[in-house]
Amino acid sequence: MGGRAVTRREATPASVPAVRKGDALDVSGLPSYGFAHRSLMWWGNAGMMTIEGVAFGFMIVIYFYLRDIARVWPDSGRVPALLFGTINLGVILASAWPNYLAQKAAQDRSLLRVRLWLYVCSLFGIALCAVRWFEFTALNVRWDDGAYGSVVWVLLGLHSFNLVTDVLDTFVLTAVTYSKPVEGKRYVDIAENCGYWYFVVLTWLPIYAVIYFGARI
Amino acid sequence: MDDARALPLRPRPRRRSRAKAQASDRRELLRDGDGAGSRAAAELERTWQDKPGLRGFLSANGHKTTGLRFVVTAFVFAGLAGIMGGLMRHQLATANSHLVGPDFYNQLFSMHGTAMMFLFAVPVMQGFALYVVPLMIGTRNTAFPRMSACAYWLYLLGGLLLFGAFATNTGPDAGWFAYVPLAGPQYGIGKRADFWNMLVTYSEAMGLMVAVDITTTILKLRAPGMTLRQMPLFVWASLVTSVMIIFAMPMVMLGANLVQFDRMLGTHFFNPAEGGDPLLWQHLFWFFGHPEVYFIFIPALGFVSAIIPTFARRPMFGHDAIVLSLITTGFLSFGLWVHHMFATNLPELGKSFFTAMSFMIAIPTALQIFCWIATIAAGRLVMRTPFLFVLGFFFILMIGGLTGVMLGSVPLDLQVHDTYFVVAHLHYVLIGGAVFPLFAALYYWFPKVTGKMLSERLGRWHFWLFFIGVNLTFFPMHILGLHGMPRRIYTYGAETGWEALSLVSAAGQVINDLGTLLFAINLVRTVFFKSERASADPWGAGTLEWSVASPPPKCNFFALPVVASREPLWSPPAEVTHVQGLSAQIREGLTTTVIDALPDTRYAYPAPEIWPFVAALSVTIWLVWSVWSVPGFAWGLIPPALAFLLWYWPNKKEAIEELKWEGEP
Repeated sequence: MGGRAVTRREATPASVPAVRKGDALDVSGLPSYGFAHRSLMWWGNAGMMTIEGVAFGFMIVIYFYLRDIARVWPDSGRVPALLFGTINLGVILASAWPNYLAQKAAQDRSLLRVRLWLYVCSLFGIALCAVRWFEFTALNVRWDDGAYGSVVWVLLGLHSFNLVTDVLDTFVLTAVTYSKPVEGKRYVDIAENCGYWYFVVLTWLPIYAVIYFGARI
Repeated sequence: MDDARALPLRPRPRRRSRAKAQASDRRELLRDGDGAGSRAAAELERTWQDKPGLRGFLSANGHKTTGLRFVVTAFVFAGLAGIMGGLMRHQLATANSHLVGPDFYNQLFSMHGTAMMFLFAVPVMQGFALYVVPLMIGTRNTAFPRMSACAYWLYLLGGLLLFGAFATNTGPDAGWFAYVPLAGPQYGIGKRADFWNMLVTYSEAMGLMVAVDITTTILKLRAPGMTLRQMPLFVWASLVTSVMIIFAMPMVMLGANLVQFDRMLGTHFFNPAEGGDPLLWQHLFWFFGHPEVYFIFIPALGFVSAIIPTFARRPMFGHDAIVLSLITTGFLSFGLWVHHMFATNLPELGKSFFTAMSFMIAIPTALQIFCWIATIAAGRLVMRTPFLFVLGFFFILMIGGLTGVMLGSVPLDLQVHDTYFVVAHLHYVLIGGAVFPLFAALYYWFPKVTGKMLSERLGRWHFWLFFIGVNLTFFPMHILGLHGMPRRIYTYGAETGWEALSLVSAAGQVINDLGTLLFAINLVRTVFFKSERASADPWGAGTLEWSVASPPPKCNFFALPVVASREPLWSPPAEVTHVQGLSAQIREGLTTTVIDALPDTRYAYPAPEIWPFVAALSVTIWLVWSVWSVPGFAWGLIPPALAFLLWYWPNKKEAIEELKWEGEP
């Protein structure tokens, strides 16, 4: 059985059909797990991403609400330095590639490739956390300086919380691939963790724009 | 790439043909499908049994256990909050009363509202959904049972903390919506507001976890054949509510945390002197707070829609219209929040929009009421206690709805804003819209849960005392409000002329309490002293939960049902009736496709583990720590992180067991 065949079957749900036996529907031939929206993990993950996406969205609304009522914005008079945020933008966009390969490897259930790309993803994660640290120092404002400082810190803090969580998840999943036996459903978990990483990448785009250009434009 | 190379570590019978593999599997593995009394059924009961002892108690994650725990705990909290309500009525029954002082009175009304909304109304509805939904859609457990178990422990610990704080004179005292600046760093001195913020973080985290669980369960675990169009109305109501929770609750969680940051870290979100805005909190709170009313009301509509067909002895008239109304109500409820803020300096044009929206939301509710009336009119009525409560719901909700239309218009709202008129309105809506259907649901599903019927006679007494009591308590408040009696006053002078009606209201409360007491007696008597058993379907209802014994077996269904109609128990038997071939030796279920409910994959449910409890406990320690110490806010995160790690870490024995049943996609 080739890897490509697996991928093709993946595209059609219920590819191994349930069989009718008398007045019963025999499901013993059905797979015990499935990728993407066939897995419950995908739906749980989607729910969590919606919850966090809503929180990010509202944080951005709060930013503009406060900007709207402010006489001077930023009220500290100093805009955040662009350098580290922009480096982060580049690194985080680049991290989508090993992430894609890790997800692909998980869907192919190729343990060696999964490990390789999870290691690469973990390295990217460490780099991102390090740059994020410098980003906080380059905001040029303290959280208790005024409403502007408060909203910028919480906005960046929320994204950092998600970033750190997903990096830790990636470490844990890398370790789990060494805890034998590796069940098929662990590959689903890995693929879904990669799905969550896209969320971390994509949410950074609007948050980056708001933090760095909301104070400039 | 070759599969064998791709998966070097997985011991699978790779080279055998599927048929051969299945044949050899059958010899060693026991599969379900034979129904009650079979060897597989006995094995299933063993598999789904909770472990014994304290550890087993703390690890249990069956949806029936978790759901029941939610409902029972919610009623205990409601009882405590009800006693606080009674104290307030007692205090205000006479002029110049000094039974309690102003400071304690502030805590009383804040605790009453907070506990009723956050610790009773939402959790009790989610608890019901956890218990009933899997039985109604024909599955063995919810999608993420450990997450719901963790949510329960968070809820319990959060509630205990709040009441613990109250017992040590640290109960929140800025109202159930904790407006800043009263709850902010400047005026909210001590730790009272901190406990409110913490409780909100808890209860919303809990609500969100259960909502994700219920949504996934409904979309992916329905019995084969139960297409979205054939899904029971209560399941629809639970789905709409859960999706609404996912979109609304993050708001108040975020908001409460921002207030906490203001209090703890010195941020300035709500401080006008530093560019913040107190009104921002009102927006954050009510954008959640208005949908919150509907988290309570929509499941109640689901109860009513589940109960009416059973007692009208016919399928629901306008099933599709009711589904669309539920969804419409869900959407519209997000556009109403400003009608709580008509007394603030918002643009008049904006207020007109929210007035229009507030009127519009009456339309889908009215549509449902017409469908129910049509069902009742065309049916053969059986007058039992659950149905009585449904009729009470009609009456009281209607009055609450009418005053709602009045309050939706800006000029009238400005006149009665913050008076007892609003108190009357919200109690009519919440008691009529949620508590009456809740009692109806309790009487209705009680035999399913316990295997025993509640006494009809006591039930009727309960209904009439409660119905008269509620009207007597809250109707006079309309008039008091129109006479200008403000909310949240701990006493008043005799010259105001409010005494007579306040006394009537207090008397109503006593009658109301008597009704509730009878209900408690009925519960205790039935559970502990009645031996007569209820049949599987004592009301002659048509949905799936009535197809299994009362109380249901641990695994719910010995063979999962296959569904061909909306009321499977009222339909002639179909050609295909049940599913076979799921494991009887591990906790296995069946996932189906989202719209058509075609069989998709088998699914191994998470086994019971202690980690959800440990995680909830460590989150509690973190939150309490963070109230007293800023570094605690950071360091306290380490234990929950470890707990979640251990929760996720694969259990070797379990993995080996599950591998025997694995089949590739």
